[in-house]
Amino acid sequence: MITLKYFASLRSIAEKEEDSLDFENPITIDQLSDIISKTTPKMGEMIREKKVLISVNQEMASIDTIIHDGDEVAFLPPFSGGTK
Amino acid sequence: MSTTTDSKVRIQLEDFSVTDEIEAMKKVSRNIGGITTFLGTGRELSKGENITKLNFEHYPKMAEKKLEEIREKSIKDHGIIDMSIIHRIGPIDIGENIVLIVAVGEHRKETFVACEWAIAELKRTTPIWKRETTSNGEVWVQDTP
Repeated sequence: MITLKYFASLRSIAEKEEDSLDFENPITIDQLSDIISKTTPKMGEMIREKKVLISVNQEMASIDTIIHDGDEVAFLPPFSGGTK
Repeated sequence: MSTTTDSKVRIQLEDFSVTDEIEAMKKVSRNIGGITTFLGTGRELSKGENITKLNFEHYPKMAEKKLEEIREKSIKDHGIIDMSIIHRIGPIDIGENIVLIVAVGEHRKETFVACEWAIAELKRTTPIWKRETTSNGEVWVQDTP
């Protein structure tokens, strides 16, 4: 099972803060976005258009990153901490 | 929420004292000749709108990890003696402290450079997000796509 986490503005788009996903074999971020698109098309679109940053186990990931059972995948909007 | 007050990298709800944090960093070495600080505070105007409330959210553990990486790279790449980074989260009023970076070094030059680099890198790489409330409602600030 993998844990999916959504932050900031993405929580309202995903309509959740956290979710989990069961799958048998390791998958890529690209394959995960296809799965997410089925339930949340807007989120899938934002991932494909690279409007969302993705981390796996708190390290920034790319579209080819492999996700394994037990991993934590986070969907992150562009950062805005600190101050201008 | 925060790590111990001795930690040089902290994300916390509570306000911090700039004076206390500078004094703590002065104790790191007797060879400190220059200290540069950056203090970010909540301002009232954003894109012409009056902000009534600010709220910061972060990705726990990843945000602290990124700040620690920034601190270590600042020391290694810019030749400073040490650095502390403190970022508040949660609700913050206009005028209140948000983020503090303290860079200490033998000379002033490297501390200026390290401090500026660190805040730019914080904004670029650290999973912390700001939500502004104005008369038009709430919006998550997104500086870069």
